[in-house]
Amino acid sequence: MSTTLEIVRLCVNGDAHETGVPSHYTLLETLRYALRLTGSKQGCDKGDCGACTVLVDSVPTLACITPVWEAEGCAITTVEGLATPAGPHPLQDEFDLKGAAQCGFCTPGILCSAVALLERTTEPSREQIKEALAGNLCRCTGYTKILDAVEAAAERLNGTLAAEEESDR
Amino acid sequence: MNTYSSKSKSDFTLIGTPQRKVDGLSKSTGQAVYTDDLVFPGMLHGKILRSPHAHARIVSIDASEALAMEGVRAVVTGRDMPVKYGIIPWTPDESPLCVERVRYIGDGVAAVAAVDEDTAVEALEAIRVEYEELHPYFDPHEALEASDGPFIHEPKKEGHNGNITKIVKLEFGDVDDLMDSSDVVIEDDYFFEGTTHTPIEPHCAIGHFEGDGKLTVWSATQVPHYLHRELARVLEVEAAKVRVIQPPVGGAFGGKSEPFDLEFCVAKLAMITGRPVKILYTREEVFYAHRGRHPFHMHYRTGASKDGMLQSVDAGIVLDGGAYASFGLVTTYYSGQLLTAPYHMPAYRFDSTRVYTNKPACGPKRGHGSVQPRFAFEVQLDKLAARLEMDPIELRRKNFIGEHTRTVNELRVTSNGFLECLDSVEKASDWKDRYGKLPFGQGLGVAGSTYISGTNYPIYPNEMPQSAVQLQIDRSGRVAVFSGASEIGQGCDTMVAMVAAEELGVPLDHIRVYRGDTDFTPVDLGAYSSRVTFMLGNATIDGARKLKKLVQKSVAEAWECRAGEVLLAGGWAFFSGDTERKMPIREAFNLAEAKYGALGATGSYNTPKDVHGEYRGGTIGASPAYSFTAHVAEVAVDVETGFIDVRKIWVAHDCGRALNPVLVEGQMEGSAYMGFGEAIMEEHVFKDTDHGRAGLHDAPSLLDYKIPTSLDTPELQSLIVESIDPEGPYGAKEAGEGPLHPAIPAIANAVYDAVGIRMDSLPFSPPRVWRALEQAREGGVFRGPEAEAAAVPDTAISAD
Repeated sequence: MSTTLEIVRLCVNGDAHETGVPSHYTLLETLRYALRLTGSKQGCDKGDCGACTVLVDSVPTLACITPVWEAEGCAITTVEGLATPAGPHPLQDEFDLKGAAQCGFCTPGILCSAVALLERTTEPSREQIKEALAGNLCRCTGYTKILDAVEAAAERLNGTLAAEEESDR
Repeated sequence: MNTYSSKSKSDFTLIGTPQRKVDGLSKSTGQAVYTDDLVFPGMLHGKILRSPHAHARIVSIDASEALAMEGVRAVVTGRDMPVKYGIIPWTPDESPLCVERVRYIGDGVAAVAAVDEDTAVEALEAIRVEYEELHPYFDPHEALEASDGPFIHEPKKEGHNGNITKIVKLEFGDVDDLMDSSDVVIEDDYFFEGTTHTPIEPHCAIGHFEGDGKLTVWSATQVPHYLHRELARVLEVEAAKVRVIQPPVGGAFGGKSEPFDLEFCVAKLAMITGRPVKILYTREEVFYAHRGRHPFHMHYRTGASKDGMLQSVDAGIVLDGGAYASFGLVTTYYSGQLLTAPYHMPAYRFDSTRVYTNKPACGPKRGHGSVQPRFAFEVQLDKLAARLEMDPIELRRKNFIGEHTRTVNELRVTSNGFLECLDSVEKASDWKDRYGKLPFGQGLGVAGSTYISGTNYPIYPNEMPQSAVQLQIDRSGRVAVFSGASEIGQGCDTMVAMVAAEELGVPLDHIRVYRGDTDFTPVDLGAYSSRVTFMLGNATIDGARKLKKLVQKSVAEAWECRAGEVLLAGGWAFFSGDTERKMPIREAFNLAEAKYGALGATGSYNTPKDVHGEYRGGTIGASPAYSFTAHVAEVAVDVETGFIDVRKIWVAHDCGRALNPVLVEGQMEGSAYMGFGEAIMEEHVFKDTDHGRAGLHDAPSLLDYKIPTSLDTPELQSLIVESIDPEGPYGAKEAGEGPLHPAIPAIANAVYDAVGIRMDSLPFSPPRVWRALEQAREGGVFRGPEAEAAAVPDTAISAD
């Protein structure tokens, strides 16, 4: 069977891509299979688990149920786009520090949801964090350490982390 | 064996301190490469055709049309791989694809390999299978009563019921006499609904067959060693030519702890096509693969004296096993064997029968076989305390089995911090001031449990080590550890690195852990039965100390002192008498390499013998050490809707020694969360003829099979208790499964404290709770008339 490919143009993590994909491809399939950006995960293939969450124009979006054509012309950020050459994003660092990633499979999606939250709200309450992450299932952690990590990252981004805690690192 | 109990935290550099995971940043930056992230040139995609019938004979399979399709490279059926397998060597009842019979809706029948996934899916639709339907069994009791076939499996002996996997009847002490002489007997039925693991990563495997006859399989498995063995046996390839590679696994919880159809199919399809073949389960297929918690139908009688001392326990259990044996033989034993601590039982009997049904096979889910009886028994204890008007924590204290003792079924117990666990949750929850005193609708409940730190005996009988590592030191000061263990998110790579760094005195980031490849790592039996920290930790200590000795001797020679006076820590070799006298650890390693040649060592661990009773089945449940746990749960029950808001769970767990407290807490919280989900919402159930096709999975998606979200999950507080086990690595025991157990009965008991109703069937979903409340209203048995008048508390359904 020969599949007809169509050209899609995407801007992912600041890079412009032009690639041929079958017309039914989702954003997730395009990221993972065509662009080899495998950080975004497929956990359920139907929009239930949130492991595929990416940012489309800063909005957390389930890439597995988003036709790739809808993302054309948008700025897409995946987990691979969160760190800078200077180091990991404070959220990534706090996830590492607090043990918020166990198997790590839900982590890329959760990070994207959390990045969007911290862009919307600089000082989220624990309840707001829970709400922001309610679409991302984690089966390992019981969420506690994830909530801790997001809180800590928010504080760090706000520069309010206590100085002595800083020196503990 | 060793003397860790005399060591305090200050004796260690790294052990006991919170450390980042060695693979943590790779996971939080999206760099970690899981099985489905791998792509190979020329790779084909496989798909498996699954049975639409719960029980049927395969009359014929015609794949000619599929094979003729453009892009289809191969089709295999059961006849291509007829050798039966099973994770337990005594019950091989599965084949990679069904040969003559399908046994549940979702059973694999044929597999295709095609140039892409779409073509593979189309090809499945072109395969013609003719079935002859057989009577399906969905109710284990009906299956148990069947007098003639066709049974789900052929009976082992003529005249036997082929629907039975295993019957275990064991009795210890004078059960009947002591029951008769008991002052109080609590007797009830309990039902534990099936639940499943739902790791977020679906199962995935890739097969690659090279021209020289070498077969490589990458798989998201918890048991690369067993997979290695079974691939060789079933596919009739020399084991020496099979290589299993285990990339990081995206969660497992017992759901990836035996071989699955996709692993055999990718291997066989790769052998036929000469090209790499990948199969990724859909989420729906993960539900069919299952191997989750068995539904248990349980009956318990518990006899006690009027002062609350347990006298006799008698259990009858029917396990609903699903279509295949899986670990079922062990599950049947575990259903009884693991209940005999942390309380002293003078007499105990259990009679457990595992029955096949035409549903996806049940198997080992976190807390294998012991979560269900623990639920029933801890509720029994709560009922006993209520009957005797005793505090339920006090009742548990009184019956404490003690440390360094034997259980009634002769399991050897070493360290035991259960009393500290009880003290800890009692204090943290402010139990004394709040239990039985909260406003109507709110309550506290307690429960305890024990769990194994690894099975004392391997799945296939052998005398070889259960776990092993190989270490190698290079001239830069870098230590490489080749570990056979399975990193499934629990952090075993970090544990190994911390142990090696502690022993050899190098910074943690100078350790490289190479893991999960049967070609260059020694055997570890797998990530199951909470065995990894205990066994791999000891193996790593063993290997590292061999190298440490060489390094100490070499430095001692240079310093003209005794080897024992050379300390290795924090990147240096020190002279113990004068820590100003030191050399960088790299130089110490170089001295040793100059003296002894290239520096490498192996380390291994095997379990102690004589830790079990000499009776048939006495080895099952035996472990080198047991963990202990106590939970207190706080709930608010909305009596109008039956909705239970679990507000907080205090989790105290005796893990021996917390090698890395952050990871231990993560296991405790993850366990308590999973128990909470099972208590409140999870139901792995199937349709009946009134609701669709009988035997069809009711909810094979993560939308319909409800697991807790961040909003549902209660606040979880971890309280680590350290009993310092004499045989664990630095005193450590397990933390990954034990802390699940008490969550469920603690919630049930809290519901009783809140509204005076007993929840003896899982899950405690609003309809069930509401019905129980209705019955209580009709029976007039709310907690107290004055309490009932207080009606609905204003806090009952708030989402805080």
